[in-house]
Amino acid sequence: MPRLIQKIGDWFEQRLKIAPVVRETMEHPVPTKSASWFYVFGSAALTVFIIQIFTGIMLALIYVPSAGEAWNSLQYLNHGVPLGWYVRALHGWGSNFMVAIVLIHMVQVAMFGAYKFPRELTWIVGIFLLLMTLGMAFTGQVMRFDQDAYWGLGIGASICGRVPFIGAWVVHLLLGGPIIAGDTLSRFFDFHVFVIPGLLIAFVSVHLLMVLKLGINEWPMPGRLVRRSTYVQEYEELAHKDGMPFVPGAIWKDMIFAAFIIFSVMACAAYFGPFGPSGQPDPTIVQTVPKPDFFFQWLYALLAFLPPAMETPALLIGPVVILGFLICLPFFAGEGEKHWSRRPVAVVTILLSAVTLGTLTHLASYTPWSPIMDAWSGDPVPVDYLNGRSPLERQGAAVFQEKQCRNCHSIGGTGGMRGPALDSIAVRKTHAQLVRQVVQGGGNMPAYGKNLNPAEVDALVSFLDTLHPANEPGARDSARQISAETEHFATGTPTGEKK
Amino acid sequence: MSDSEVSRRQFFVKLGVALNGLAAVALATPVIGYLLGPIFRAKDGGYRKWISLGELDEFPEGQTRLAKYKNPIANAWDGETDNIPCWVRRTQGEKFQVFAINCAHLGCPVRWFPQSGLFMCPCHGGVYYQDGSRASGPPERGLFEYQYKVEGGHLMIEAGQLPTLSTSASLREGSKGCQG
Repeated sequence: MPRLIQKIGDWFEQRLKIAPVVRETMEHPVPTKSASWFYVFGSAALTVFIIQIFTGIMLALIYVPSAGEAWNSLQYLNHGVPLGWYVRALHGWGSNFMVAIVLIHMVQVAMFGAYKFPRELTWIVGIFLLLMTLGMAFTGQVMRFDQDAYWGLGIGASICGRVPFIGAWVVHLLLGGPIIAGDTLSRFFDFHVFVIPGLLIAFVSVHLLMVLKLGINEWPMPGRLVRRSTYVQEYEELAHKDGMPFVPGAIWKDMIFAAFIIFSVMACAAYFGPFGPSGQPDPTIVQTVPKPDFFFQWLYALLAFLPPAMETPALLIGPVVILGFLICLPFFAGEGEKHWSRRPVAVVTILLSAVTLGTLTHLASYTPWSPIMDAWSGDPVPVDYLNGRSPLERQGAAVFQEKQCRNCHSIGGTGGMRGPALDSIAVRKTHAQLVRQVVQGGGNMPAYGKNLNPAEVDALVSFLDTLHPANEPGARDSARQISAETEHFATGTPTGEKK
Repeated sequence: MSDSEVSRRQFFVKLGVALNGLAAVALATPVIGYLLGPIFRAKDGGYRKWISLGELDEFPEGQTRLAKYKNPIANAWDGETDNIPCWVRRTQGEKFQVFAINCAHLGCPVRWFPQSGLFMCPCHGGVYYQDGSRASGPPERGLFEYQYKVEGGHLMIEAGQLPTLSTSASLREGSKGCQG
């Protein structure tokens, strides 16, 4: 039997002539310290990409890339096809893992100075791989053709519409027509299934080829500087003197981590199940609160905080600047120290970026900038806020609810967070200031003057005047108090205001 | 092998490159035209259509109501996506304002609250007054409006493309929408 296998192998080898390349790849020397658990993320990203290719092909057996049928075919996958839900869940969780691992891989190679000479091109190709991974994530969200996908496309089109001069063309090209419809889904399917995966496979191949040809980045040592004139020779010496063959020296860690990742994707898929689809993509259902998938929530949050005049420049120039910086990085920092302890700027930049993205993503998990659209009808005024109040004040509480104030202002811990919580508003604003704020708005609040009659304003502000802690009196207008006291001196009658 | 033979082969290689270059241009030109189709169609006014939102009595004076129409540029496989909502405000008589559903910030669907007379956007908190002007939040401008006319007792709007900061709800060029 072994002899038969040998003979078959020889027959193929005689024709393929591949054995020397395979042997060279397996035996290429890896510096001993680089055979580390820190160096497993690249192969893990490739592993998840392979899972995505296979589960994607499985999903395409059922999925119908038509705006009229996509949502129904996903319901069928979830509920009608045996284990269809599981394959969807693998693909959905695989995408989350892929984005996460690609980002971790990028942070790792940046921290270890791996982008320096002679691996500049490996890094640049890696930047494009990151872009393609995010492109797959966004187009994948569109494949789930539900309400979030529909309005996510609307957000994409609105961003494209901010491009000067050719904005309308860009919008029409993105959507494949004047509105989000059948042509839109078809072209995103084209990108998700043919264009980007094809490019990904090509770029991953080049990326891997360069890792093999140039060797894996050595473990950084403080004081060991990269110089273009001597690096290649120094690396060869290191890899041969203090190195070992890739198989089995280094590969076992990659394999164990890859298996761990596959088990993790499977566990998440089995336990949490597939993502959506949420409601059907019917734009006439306006009772919806669209939200992107987690990899774009930082952007969703950023767009809530930028001042209006800054948004278009930030959206159009920001990505160019960031991409330009990442691509140019190996050209202005291609030599010198690789060790993180000697690269404070790099470490601080990475940490700041991570904290920024993390904070924005966290904020997007509860979207404090969004009005709670049903707070006015859904969240009652807390009983404590009504006990012992005058009829006018209670009427004011009703106005407070009826006029949707609650959508943006919380009391008793429920309601919107768009505007300030009003539980102690009377401490901060006098009666007159509250009237002015309600009637004229300002500070990012609409003016309610036209939609409240004087009686309603009176009732509402009377209610707001009661919103202060029991041991802390409401704000008073000191000018008014002085004028009242002056009047008291002049007329000799008590003002009755202060006791 | 003589020198003239070498130069003859080189000539044929050059000829081969030139012929394939020509073929590539000839092949690519219509393909690029195909890819840019959505732009040409818009330029030719291919997206412009007048469409009825319903009879006038469906829109009481002084009120703002959600109306729906079927986008005129539609295909059988569009499913529900070519049902487009819009907000119709009848100020008085035959004077209307027809607002696109899409927030001027990032296109999310705005909702009308008649009690407070405001449109609110669920995404980033853009708020508009009843006449569509910006009240607060991130939008740079008021709501997008459709061109409209009243014809045969019907409220007609010029539909329909997704309005963004560079595309209008109705294509403006040469349209004869009567703005009240």
